[in-house]
Amino acid sequence: MAEEEKNGTTMIVFDGDLDKAMASFIIATGAAAMGKQVTMFFTFWGLNVLRKENVQGGSDKKFMEKMFEKMMPRGPEKLGLSKMNFGGMGPKMMKKMMKSHNVSSLQEMIEMAQELDIKMVACTMSMDVMGLKEEELIDGLEYAGVASYLSEAEQSNLNLFI
Amino acid sequence: MESNKVLNAEGLACPMPVVKAKKEIDNLNAGDILEIHATDKGAASDIPAWTKSSGHELLQQDNEGETLKFWIKKA
Repeated sequence: MAEEEKNGTTMIVFDGDLDKAMASFIIATGAAAMGKQVTMFFTFWGLNVLRKENVQGGSDKKFMEKMFEKMMPRGPEKLGLSKMNFGGMGPKMMKKMMKSHNVSSLQEMIEMAQELDIKMVACTMSMDVMGLKEEELIDGLEYAGVASYLSEAEQSNLNLFI
Repeated sequence: MESNKVLNAEGLACPMPVVKAKKEIDNLNAGDILEIHATDKGAASDIPAWTKSSGHELLQQDNEGETLKFWIKKA
């Protein structure tokens, strides 16, 4: 092969919708199963996928940061759909249909991703912008910025923006 | 066909059959044969694709009613 063998897969998880997060984790775990080094880079709304359900961000937040904390979904169980959300009814129906077709839940997919050593990176810049603190996000994450994403992308032959 | 290990992935939806296959084959030795049973229709092309890109060898593929069966030799 002329080109040096690239064995990575990277994904930018930008959106915080249940359906898009599912798609991201399905591709990520599939790629890991195929022996790829997978990095998922969570930024902007994508960070909400990683939020813990019951953790408060602390009292040193500014007014706008507190507002964001309240208004954004806390973790995989609270995400909406990108289409047909119907004020929260959509995700309920989707989850029911997923269950009846034996599709793993997003929570299970996240655990599977961690078991498969998928690297999950939270973008520190968007955490700052949205006022999210490390303790509000699940354990086992790395914290980094654009340069670390790009350097992973250079070693990968599949780079997705979801 | 003889196999060293049978993975029952029946009822599991994408991507679980390949994820389980990967986990199972990691526990085998080179040359061992993993037999996979799946009912996800996508598995008919997913398991061969997984085998190809992970470097193992698909020895045989069969249907038994709803169940898809695969025999894979670990590289």
